[in-house]
Amino acid sequence: MRTLPFLLAAWLLFVGLYGIATSRNFVHLIMCLSVVQSSTYVLLLEVGYRAGGTAPIFKDVPPGTRAVDPVVQALTLTDVVVGVTVTALLLALVLQSHKRSGTLNPDELRPLEG
Amino acid sequence: MSVRTRLALFGVGAAAALALVVWGLSGIPGFGHYGGSYGYVLNRVALPERHATNVVASVVFDYRGFDTVGEEFILFVSVMAVSLLLRIQRDERERPPRDRAAERTLAGTSDAVRVAGVGLIGPAVLIGLYIVAHGHTTPGGGFQGGAILAAAPMLIYLVGRYLTFRRLNPIHALDVGEGAGAGGFVVVGLIGLVAGIAFLDNIWPKGQPGSVFSAGTLPVLNVSVGLEVGAGLVLILFEFLEQTLMVRGR
Repeated sequence: MRTLPFLLAAWLLFVGLYGIATSRNFVHLIMCLSVVQSSTYVLLLEVGYRAGGTAPIFKDVPPGTRAVDPVVQALTLTDVVVGVTVTALLLALVLQSHKRSGTLNPDELRPLEG
Repeated sequence: MSVRTRLALFGVGAAAALALVVWGLSGIPGFGHYGGSYGYVLNRVALPERHATNVVASVVFDYRGFDTVGEEFILFVSVMAVSLLLRIQRDERERPPRDRAAERTLAGTSDAVRVAGVGLIGPAVLIGLYIVAHGHTTPGGGFQGGAILAAAPMLIYLVGRYLTFRRLNPIHALDVGEGAGAGGFVVVGLIGLVAGIAFLDNIWPKGQPGSVFSAGTLPVLNVSVGLEVGAGLVLILFEFLEQTLMVRGR
């Protein structure tokens, strides 16, 4: 029980990497990259978790209540924003590549083409 | 490289990486046994120091504010890059979609989608503004609220025609909004420098903890980020829709 949540992050990382390595479609590949990235969200939040801790927001609960680490939550927020923008950028690249080469399959792209 | 060789290579690399990851994970404190010190310190000092009940927001916009400037510009540059990549190329031109087959008519948007969509536009704007304005007191903030605000133009697209969407979304105003959002953050930071203290130092009046007007620079920064994220996401959506619906090859 102590390490099982961390293994979830590892599983997400490797299942995403497997998807990237075997992908036959750029859109699928980008989604696999998002899966890899989501493993970092899971890992960050797990590292900052305190057993029995609440969210680090002291609006309804009195200050001093046992709460989880706010720093990793802030890092996860950064991570999510960067993930979204990188996904948009990669999709734009794929769109233009598809227009030039007519394919979404990385294997069918030749070097220095498209 | 054949698929088989690639898989074999991946297998070797992944096995080695997996061993490293498992070795690393076995050394960190167990789940729930938080081993850091920043979490304890911040949860104790953030509320008295910054009068912000949302400690995550005070980390993002204050204690780690300088990093958030960098993050904001990652967003800004990506939106610019998407616009640049999806500009109309030399051998393309803009043309409204026209169905080639004369006898085929596209099914229009169903009434159910229209009614539900129209009903959701107002609440999306309201919830977005609420989340932006209360980011420093309750869960939320500029990034989250901006994303919700960007849903409103998407709903307009969903319930109407694309050309209506295009008219209702003045691209230049969105560009200005995005730039103002990114620049506003830096300007707030520079005010600290002008006052003779550090960049982004929170010296503004702190107010009563838990109220909308509290926590000094935090609400201002949240509004600025909300503007940037909302405008940026709509710009990205606009570029992709433009590609699908308007831009045609020669």
